[in-house]
Amino acid sequence: MPQVFMPRLSDTMTEGTVSTWTKGVGDRIEKGDVIAEIETDKATMELEAYDAGVLEQILVDVGKTVPIGEVIAVIGDGSGAAAPAAAPASAPPADPTPVVPASPTSTPTSAPNGTPPASTNGKHPLASPLARNIARDAGLDLATVTGSGPGGRIVRADVEHAIATLGSPAAASTPAPVAPAAAVALSAAPAVEVQTGPDDEEIALNNVRRITARRLVESMQQAPHFYLTSVVAADELVAARARINEGLAALATSRGEAATKVSVNDIVVKAVAVALRAHPEVNVSFGGDKLIRHHRVHVGIAVALPDGLIVPVIRDADTKTVTQISAETRDLATRARSGKLKVDEFTGSTFSVSNLGMFGVDQFTAVINPPEAAILAVGATKQEAVVRDGQIVVGYTMAITLSVDHRALDGATGAKFLADLTALLENPLATLA
Amino acid sequence: MAVITYRQALHDTLRAELIRDPGVFLMGEEIGVFEGSYKITAGLLTEFGPERVRDTPIAEEGFVGAAIGAAMLGLRPVVEIMTINFSILAMDQIVNHAAKIHTMFGGQSRVPMVIRTPGGGGQQLAATHSQNLEVWYAHVPGLKVVMPSTPADAKGLLAASIRDDDPVMFIEHLALYNTKGEVPDGDYVTEIGKAAVTKAGTDITIVSYSRMAAVALDVARRLEEDEGISVEVVDLRSLRPLDRSTILQSVRKTGKAVVLEEDWLSYGVGAEIAATIQEGAFDYLDAPVRRVAAAEIPLPYAKPLELAALPDATALLKVIHETLDATRFRG
Repeated sequence: MPQVFMPRLSDTMTEGTVSTWTKGVGDRIEKGDVIAEIETDKATMELEAYDAGVLEQILVDVGKTVPIGEVIAVIGDGSGAAAPAAAPASAPPADPTPVVPASPTSTPTSAPNGTPPASTNGKHPLASPLARNIARDAGLDLATVTGSGPGGRIVRADVEHAIATLGSPAAASTPAPVAPAAAVALSAAPAVEVQTGPDDEEIALNNVRRITARRLVESMQQAPHFYLTSVVAADELVAARARINEGLAALATSRGEAATKVSVNDIVVKAVAVALRAHPEVNVSFGGDKLIRHHRVHVGIAVALPDGLIVPVIRDADTKTVTQISAETRDLATRARSGKLKVDEFTGSTFSVSNLGMFGVDQFTAVINPPEAAILAVGATKQEAVVRDGQIVVGYTMAITLSVDHRALDGATGAKFLADLTALLENPLATLA
Repeated sequence: MAVITYRQALHDTLRAELIRDPGVFLMGEEIGVFEGSYKITAGLLTEFGPERVRDTPIAEEGFVGAAIGAAMLGLRPVVEIMTINFSILAMDQIVNHAAKIHTMFGGQSRVPMVIRTPGGGGQQLAATHSQNLEVWYAHVPGLKVVMPSTPADAKGLLAASIRDDDPVMFIEHLALYNTKGEVPDGDYVTEIGKAAVTKAGTDITIVSYSRMAAVALDVARRLEEDEGISVEVVDLRSLRPLDRSTILQSVRKTGKAVVLEEDWLSYGVGAEIAATIQEGAFDYLDAPVRRVAAAEIPLPYAKPLELAALPDATALLKVIHETLDATRFRG
């Protein structure tokens, strides 16, 4: 069925307003007939039909403004294949003279909230190769994306918009290691039908949930996880953070600027990056019949969104200072929460860090963010009675747990990495060495 | 660097090559006494004498054949065919002899010759004298086909063509002869088979060559200034060998491509470029590759009709906008 698009009627036009439908639903249309008048930023112009047939659907009401390229009407063969919603509108006067008084009620919009997903007319969504490629990499189901290109084609902008506004697949980190796998399995491929009744509410999954669910099931099913935990003596870490922040505060005061602070997590990210540089065997991905060793260290940081997770990436984190990592993390997290991240800002990490310390969680395990080979779960830094030099004293501790993909790494390899990482965190100055 | 015309760059390069290599000589209709229909060879007969600058009868098949023989025996003939339309008369010599002798005779003899000839429409020379037949030659293995769009490339590519050991179709454009540009001084050779990115950009790629490459560059600059659209322009410079990797590199960056060509659409250069892109950059395409080419008719003599039939900046702008709209550019 030929669709009628909002045309570009001038070089500067980006959107147009339907000022009049001169044909009504059900009217016979000849090629070249004026079917509507379109108001642009410059003038009101007539819209001629490129196809003959019967005007089967009017999708944009009089007075409504839509971007160029959007489908505004459908011309069919009149075989009744028209959308059901078109029926009430097929009663306009047979008189085809201009200015059919199209009140909002007489021209119902058959596509609520814009055009339907491009996939509705077949199992294969219409999408550009680039859009397909990006969606595939991001694990996004094209059937959930609305296309804005010609004929409803999904283009790169649509996919990037879908990913950026709804989030991306991410490594879920939850306090209980068993619970997420079970919950995720249900949402990705329900093994048991969930019965709903009057006391239950169904909430449609958004893209971030859908993708997170699928990716985490994949991760748990395909990557045999094992877990290594170490309790860091965090006294030096806490002291180092305090000293850095004092320095930053003094610097900011002398410049008359507002002071920024680095977090424990910023130092953890730096230490992880330094440890990865020293342990290239951990900075890898399992590639089926091969291992892929990444020569650059890109650390992903799990950020909670109101409804999901996203993992922005600090690229080349091993070459950056703690304050640089801190500033970048703050910027990425802020923009992640407002859905403003670009695709390359949350893809390409080679190792991830998930920190629930700020929620007071002592210790937890995280699900690996594929295709990475490991993820670090960081617990709270807290004061405890500890044994130092044979004495029970008050000291800071922080539990860190490494989840490892056993296909890519073995226990001893992971343990050596974790031991070095622990040593770095117990003596943060060593990250500068 | 001096600013000179495309015509002057060709003239100066011919002269420099005549001086550099005593094996180089020129032949063609009216190139000596009359100094060339387009004055490229002005003054050269006087300077180098009739042994090196030879007027020929009006017999393209004959003098191209003679040049092939001279090339096989070690000279470096540079033949001028008055326009590409007359090269059709020498087609058998070019396609069946010049292009094939090296391979058919087991490498015993090379054919280091250049055929210089202008093509292109827009001069009201009507249907038989306004053609863009480059694709006929670009189709033939054994030939090289170069088409400079600037005075600098006219110099660098002509020097490279004369020094090349294979037969080169060096196709000029009537409408470029008076265009000016900076030309490097001294010995300057441009490698055959390398496209030039004449303007870098990120939003869309325009692939073009010869006069249309100049049009594309102008449109790209205007779009950047007026609309902030970042257009990358790839000037092919050489149709055979074709620099596919530069085209693909650009399209992988921009995700969109338009080919601007002055030849006819069907089976034209743009068809080859579009095929190259879909084979090598399929997963990077956000919109179909579009072609802007000449109307598929014998070119009319009447000026308004001639203008309407040839591709131009307006036609290119329209297709660029349509392609950008199709990808919700700034949507």
